[in-house]
Amino acid sequence: MASENGTLIHLRDVHKVYYRDRIEVPVLQGINLDVHEGEFLALMGPSGSGKSTLLNLIAGIDAPTKGEVRVAGESLGTLKPSRLAAWRARHIGFIFQLYNLIPVLTAYQNVELPLLLTRLSSRERKKRVLFALGLVGLEGRAKHFPRQLSGGEEQRVAIARAIVADPTLLVADEPTGDLDAKNAAEILTLLKRLNEELKKTVLMVTHDPHAAERAHLIYHLDKGVLQS
Amino acid sequence: MKYLRLIVANLLRSKRRTFLTVFSIAIALFLFCTLRTVITSFEASLRASKATRLVVRHAASLVFPLPLAYRERLAQVPGVTGISYGNWFGGYYQDPKNQFAQFAMDVPTLLDLFPEVVLPTAQAEAFRSERTACIIGGALARKYGWKLGDQVPIIGTIFPGEWRFVVRGIYTGQTKDVDENTLFFHWDYLNESLPEGRRNFVGIYWLRIASPDLAASVSGRVDAIFENSPQPTKTETEKAFQAGFISMIGNVQLLLTIIGSAIVFAIMLVTINTMMMAARERTREIAVLKTLGFSDGLILRLVGGEALFLSLLGGALGCGLAALVFRESDFTAGGFFPNFRVLPETVLLGLLLAAIMGFLSGVAPAVQAARLEIASALRKVA
Repeated sequence: MASENGTLIHLRDVHKVYYRDRIEVPVLQGINLDVHEGEFLALMGPSGSGKSTLLNLIAGIDAPTKGEVRVAGESLGTLKPSRLAAWRARHIGFIFQLYNLIPVLTAYQNVELPLLLTRLSSRERKKRVLFALGLVGLEGRAKHFPRQLSGGEEQRVAIARAIVADPTLLVADEPTGDLDAKNAAEILTLLKRLNEELKKTVLMVTHDPHAAERAHLIYHLDKGVLQS
Repeated sequence: MKYLRLIVANLLRSKRRTFLTVFSIAIALFLFCTLRTVITSFEASLRASKATRLVVRHAASLVFPLPLAYRERLAQVPGVTGISYGNWFGGYYQDPKNQFAQFAMDVPTLLDLFPEVVLPTAQAEAFRSERTACIIGGALARKYGWKLGDQVPIIGTIFPGEWRFVVRGIYTGQTKDVDENTLFFHWDYLNESLPEGRRNFVGIYWLRIASPDLAASVSGRVDAIFENSPQPTKTETEKAFQAGFISMIGNVQLLLTIIGSAIVFAIMLVTINTMMMAARERTREIAVLKTLGFSDGLILRLVGGEALFLSLLGGALGCGLAALVFRESDFTAGGFFPNFRVLPETVLLGLLLAAIMGFLSGVAPAVQAARLEIASALRKVA
């Protein structure tokens, strides 16, 4: 999935502009970034600096106003919406700050969601879901609904959902932002394990310098400009 | 099928709202099936009419009888191969609510002219040979639990008094369209019981003709014969007679169709609103599903599928309930609809309507959900 030199994420001169009441608000300005396969990268910066926007562009859920975003061998700007959705299903595992589990589904069913998009049999899906839940230490909570789980457990289910389809890249948007220190540490340890043991490339947006310390590389975004 | 669980889980998110929506769709479809069955019941009487049978009545109104003496002259009209006659009795059993059709008929010619009334030979013989005998339809026998040999007292309204008949036969219809809620008894019995001045008058003559092609010419000849008599006639095919009878209460079909459509349309608007609300509440979840890789097309099918599932469930309940209620209740609307049964085609039409409702109510929220931009949806509700 990576290029010949091992680059998984390749951004060149990426700009993003939002319009609020017809007023142009530049969010990202000429971002250049290369991330290699297997890296754990933290993206830091103050609120409104464009961290989440950059993450969204890399995850293929938003499009740049200008510039090239190439991830896992695909130039995302050239993909049609349906191809882009398939690409996300194959390559991206997204972890949100607020977990974003579907409240009417059990932990098992939430983790199974990305696998519904594959051609796997229900038996194979079950095997993978239980493996993913086991990896985050929640195999005993499979039948619980999100409201029956603690915040830390919900985030672990969300991580299981992000890794169950074996994506190329894990993107985490403030994954510890809504957790207490103990749960946050557990989640960061988990992400670190996924990076080291399963060789997952992890891209994490965080406010927290302690969280960022777990990464191999830390980048800072300030007013839409990237600084290493 | 693997997405069905997701659809069902979303519908069960707000059980009360889902129940109320399904319930209103079910009520709408129940009413639709009921109104549609009124129409098909009318049509059943038309379908049961024979093209080779003519009805002769007083030209002014059904209320005025014709002399029995017309029988011989009618039988001699070229093209007429059989004749029978009778009177509408207009009574009830025990309580005025227990209405059903009773006819005093010329028994020797009844079964010959109405082959759709099927009666075992022994019962037919017993009916012919006993003056106070009557025959009843199978549905009527089931409704009141009457058996062969039972005495049935009928209170007359046109012909006052209590009239007692002995059940000597239970007929079945040759086809499903034949009314099995009628009681036939001897016209002679009625005639002899009337005061002198009311005797030897007939409400309706039925003529059998050799071919349907002769209907116009025979009708013309009959009416010409009695044109200048004190009791002129109006002759028409049985189908035209039934249709005219139905038209007496106005353009019922149009009225019922308008009412039925209005009900379904109103409920469809409610369903659209419900689905729009349901989809709007889940903006964030839809954005999350899209982030996971659910395509716009799949989101469209999932949200649209919910509306379709909801409507079909309500439709199945409403149509099923209507079919069941009117099958078990022997509802006849006071004898006005002797064959009030929800036909399978009515149920299918109801389900088709439910599917259309589901489709139409699902289109707007499904398109809205499919077009949702992930990043802005996540940002708005974050």
